[in-house]
Amino acid sequence: MARVAVQEATFDVSKEIAGLYAGRGDIGGIGCFVGIVREYAEGRRLEAMTLEHYPAMTHTAIARIAAEAEQRWNLLGCTVIHRVGRLRPGEPIVLVLAAAAHRVAALEATAFLIDWLKTKAPFWKKETYADGGEAWVEARASDEASALRWVKQSQAEPTAG
Amino acid sequence: MVEKPVHILYFAWLRERVGVAEETVVLPDEVRCVGDLISWLQRRGDGYARAFADTAPVRCAVNQTFADFSAAVAPGDEVAFFPPVTGG
Repeated sequence: MARVAVQEATFDVSKEIAGLYAGRGDIGGIGCFVGIVREYAEGRRLEAMTLEHYPAMTHTAIARIAAEAEQRWNLLGCTVIHRVGRLRPGEPIVLVLAAAAHRVAALEATAFLIDWLKTKAPFWKKETYADGGEAWVEARASDEASALRWVKQSQAEPTAG
Repeated sequence: MVEKPVHILYFAWLRERVGVAEETVVLPDEVRCVGDLISWLQRRGDGYARAFADTAPVRCAVNQTFADFSAAVAPGDEVAFFPPVTGG
């Protein structure tokens, strides 16, 4: 079962990785994605990024998709941590780890999970700029296209993105 | 007439425009699906009218599951409205 956390606090990447494979002889590799708040958003300098989410839905939705990834790629471990609240540029925002016997499964599952988080997990980002303005981040068509490559014909579902 | 209490949540700019994060409303019988609920909300006040002026960027979930506007709304349901998600 995947470790899923939605939290304001930051996370320790090396500790999370170590926790996945400590004492295990079956894991051959761990795919890792760390999302970080960029300093500039389309030319405007960022003061902060604030993440809102739908608490009753977020954890369950992530756990469900992590379980799907575990089954689809025969994962031997999986961790998804998503931060919420006010984050500053340079701070980590999301962590995806997928452990498997071989690299292809580990890397593909990692890509699948982050693509899914971008398009189906109920989070919303608001950017506050150094010049004082603020705006809600708009969903990108390129994220949706990226997520669609993982969809099997039989799995079509209403889109959130 | 059947009492139809429904819990509604708003996120991101929908929350800002409506002015509340969540509320429980008692719906008239003729509100049967999410689309009906949006039409009903549009007449509820200025903030609602602005939030739902253009429904193209509005997404919804019924009982914490993403749904279409054709999804049924039953007494006791939790309906959430939000823009396309932008996590990750």
